[in-house]
Amino acid sequence: MGLFNFFKKEKKKNTANLAKERLQILIAHEHSNKSTKSPDYLPKLRDELVQVIRKYVHVTDKDVQVNVEKGDDFDTLELNITLPESK
Amino acid sequence: MSKVIVVTSGKGGVGKTTSSAAFSAGLAARGHKTAVIDFDVGLRNLDLIMGVERRVIYDFVNVINGEATLKQALIKDKRVDNLYILPASQTRDKDALTKEGVESIINELKADGFDYIVCDSPAGIEKGAFMALYFADEAIVVTNPEVSSVRDSDRILGILQSRSKVAEDGGSVKEHLLITRYSPDRVEGGDMLGMDDIVEILSIPLIGVIPESGSVLQASNSGNPVIMDKESTAGQAYEDVVSRFLGEDIPLRFVDVEQKKKGFFQKIFG
Repeated sequence: MGLFNFFKKEKKKNTANLAKERLQILIAHEHSNKSTKSPDYLPKLRDELVQVIRKYVHVTDKDVQVNVEKGDDFDTLELNITLPESK
Repeated sequence: MSKVIVVTSGKGGVGKTTSSAAFSAGLAARGHKTAVIDFDVGLRNLDLIMGVERRVIYDFVNVINGEATLKQALIKDKRVDNLYILPASQTRDKDALTKEGVESIINELKADGFDYIVCDSPAGIEKGAFMALYFADEAIVVTNPEVSSVRDSDRILGILQSRSKVAEDGGSVKEHLLITRYSPDRVEGGDMLGMDDIVEILSIPLIGVIPESGSVLQASNSGNPVIMDKESTAGQAYEDVVSRFLGEDIPLRFVDVEQKKKGFFQKIFG
């Protein structure tokens, strides 16, 4: 430690630590996204469901929502169909 | 038993081709019959880094399409015995690479008694990069101490463990982290991610750290793999990588700030 260092008011910011923190958060997030990613068959399942429902009721693509929720012991397939108002 | 090793990174410009050239030349120099394949179809550069650009007659895609035999396309290195280079095609599009085509070439190399087949991957996660890693037994993931490179390495590690042939067959590709362009003084100053931080984030074993060095550019200027420059720190660090790959347990070099002798006045005034 030299004499002049004593008078330096502030230490330069450690950006490497910042980089590490940002990466750790980002990568943890990206990994969790991967594990909760919805199965590949979901879009096709949704399309076929819409076709079947249309045989009986008129629904648009937006009216059928398909989701997979990850649980601890099991996954749940959630199906949400909004029917048109009956007259 | 031959081994297929992919040199990959996700991100471009981190030193895949430099590392492929140095690593394969190092393996060959120790008596292992080694082939290094450039998978960067359309943007070939391994030939240039290895100084054989004027000897390219046939390429990878010619062999896949049956327009040349593998023997005709392989360029035998004139400096190192046991080293052969298979250049990428410069003109064709990357759809020319098929799983079947790549597999038949790798099998032919294995049957020809090659000990190591080093696949130099293109950047990105498109077809060329996928083909380079698909048949790999082991992977050298080249990473710079910089946020985007670390993130891309993490991505490519995910792909290696889910989409490679070994992974499809229920196994796992053996991973090695190779940190390149490392500046110990910038790490100490807090401006650059340290190797321990990168290892912690990616959580794969470290096979080596290559220091930032002017000799890498000099080597590529002259078309010699940098490992042949025995004087340079980068060349020596690559030698260490080859030793560790072959099972030796040796300490890291060039990762600490060089101790400069301080004069009397420097000691006092800092």
